Amino acid sequence: MSIQVKNINKRFSTFQALDDISLDFPTGKLVALLGPSGCGKTTLLRIIAGLETADSGQILLEGVDTSNLHVRERQIGFMFQHYALFQHMTVFENVAFGLRVKPKNERPAEVAIHQRVTELLELVQLGSLAKRYPSQLSGGQRQRIALARALAVNPRVLLLDEPFGALDAKVRKELRRWLRQLHDELHITSIFVTHDQEEALEVADEIVLMNKGKVEQIGSPLEVFRHPATPFAFNFLGTANRFEGKWVSDGVQVSNELLPLPPTQSAHANLVVGGEVIAFARPHDLQIETNVEASQGVRAKISRILAFGPTARVELSHATQAETYYEVDVPTLIVASLNLQEGQAVRLRPSQLQVFSAG
Amino acid sequence: MSGMVGGIQAYRGSEVYELSPATREPQWARLTILGLSLLFFAIFLLMPLLAVFVEALRKGWEVYWQAITNPDTGAAIRLTLLAAAIAIPLNVVFGVAAAWCISKFEFRGKQLLITLIDLPFSVSPVVAGLVYVLVFGAHGWLGEWLSEHNIKIIFAVPGIVLATIFVTFPFVARELIPLMQAQGTDAEEAAVSLGASGWQTFWRVTLPSIKWGLLYGVILCNARAMGEFGAVSVVSGHLRGQTTTLPLHVEILYNEYQFAAAFAVASLLALLALVTLGIKLFIEWRSA
Repeated sequence: MSIQVKNINKRFSTFQALDDISLDFPTGKLVALLGPSGCGKTTLLRIIAGLETADSGQILLEGVDTSNLHVRERQIGFMFQHYALFQHMTVFENVAFGLRVKPKNERPAEVAIHQRVTELLELVQLGSLAKRYPSQLSGGQRQRIALARALAVNPRVLLLDEPFGALDAKVRKELRRWLRQLHDELHITSIFVTHDQEEALEVADEIVLMNKGKVEQIGSPLEVFRHPATPFAFNFLGTANRFEGKWVSDGVQVSNELLPLPPTQSAHANLVVGGEVIAFARPHDLQIETNVEASQGVRAKISRILAFGPTARVELSHATQAETYYEVDVPTLIVASLNLQEGQAVRLRPSQLQVFSAG
Repeated sequence: MSGMVGGIQAYRGSEVYELSPATREPQWARLTILGLSLLFFAIFLLMPLLAVFVEALRKGWEVYWQAITNPDTGAAIRLTLLAAAIAIPLNVVFGVAAAWCISKFEFRGKQLLITLIDLPFSVSPVVAGLVYVLVFGAHGWLGEWLSEHNIKIIFAVPGIVLATIFVTFPFVARELIPLMQAQGTDAEEAAVSLGASGWQTFWRVTLPSIKWGLLYGVILCNARAMGEFGAVSVVSGHLRGQTTTLPLHVEILYNEYQFAAAFAVASLLALLALVTLGIKLFIEWRSA
């Protein structure tokens, strides 16, 4: 089922949580609402579910306005950040809850309930835990039970609030893959909220990047990662080296040094020569040049080399402004062949540079 | 560093605390503190409790038995039970409703409501009784209307029930509010999103999660309802066999110099307190 969000506004006393948000969630896709904490992503999710009301705007489910539709009539499966399992019920009863509270004429027979719950527990691979209580389960197991419980009522939409937030790193990774597979099997329109860009990039079909109650960018993970539309997007999706300066025809003038635009790249149309700009380069898109006398590139000093794997991380600070830091990923072999040393003066040149006009 | 942490975790936390000389006070300090608290406990708690039973049985089992099977005592027991039986269910309904409102919803005047619930705790029970006399008494605001319609509240059973409800008002709500606030609204929201109605959510999700807290509140409420003296004394009129509860009956007997009988009836109240404590312990153990 499709979800449309139209001009949603929400204010908590003086804080504008959502500022005129309009979005289209296509049928059958797994979409990530990604953003830093306080960006309004959870509020938006709760408004779609009906657990919170917007000050103005509309939520359409399959084209139908839901303004007067109660939460329990929306047929939305909602998974809470801390799962909100019913502590006094067994796993089986937790999953069966949605079926048992149906009005008498819609409620399935006991046999049918039993069959459905068993099916769902098999789906989340926890069939053996039916008689346990939530407090006897691990975090990952609780999360899967919460998902089974939400799926029991055949929701038209699945909403997940920070589904992996409360888990440790290893379980998190496993469950991400599992959730992705589950979605590929069920094809139920799903939205999940996360502040973890890696999680969003890995799991989602589409990413909605939010900041301060506004949508910054919408696109596939690849699109959003490769072509961040705003400085915020660039900074949020992975590590970024930031350069401030003036735009000249062939690069960015950073104080008295030139950060050249790579020859493979053409300049953005909306940049004005002489205008203030902010440029970003990912750590693997910067190259270290040992010839300090070269005419181009930002001068920097190597402060640390971390060479643990095939890729070494080189930390540098600007040659004259010591509190400006850079990070460069270089193949460990190149570190050796260039004979890079801590304390050495070098120049940095980008092989890929994203330039935004400032302000 | 990691080795050290592993070593500490090998012990249970409390054992380490008790075994380690670094966290222990010198012997004399421990004995003094322990001795003082035991002495205090013996003089102020154990001795009076013992005295009740000793005094009650001073003139033998026969006098004791007579005192507690006396028809006036029987009437006092029945009235006490009646007052508690009416006050407790009402306070449970009110307490749960108030706690539900306060902990699960945001509304204006919430703080005022919490303060009002505490009123019976902060006001003297005598004042509470007096308020009812001023409203329902013969010369009170509604006195004339009540006597015209032949309704008796003050110096009658309804007054005693009203006074009991008033003084036991906060127990259930006070017990539940912090508990329900700590539990938050996640489980309720989950229930509603799964299609449960408000009524189903309350019976199937909220009530089971607060049942031990509720029972604890009921126990405290019951203890107070049966033991209340001040407020009930003001509205009772002390009509023997008609408007005396157990505590009032004890006072009457004592004032008539029937010490053994007074203590015999008092021992019933003391037994009741002990039973209450026993149930309370059990609940604490079950809910832990």
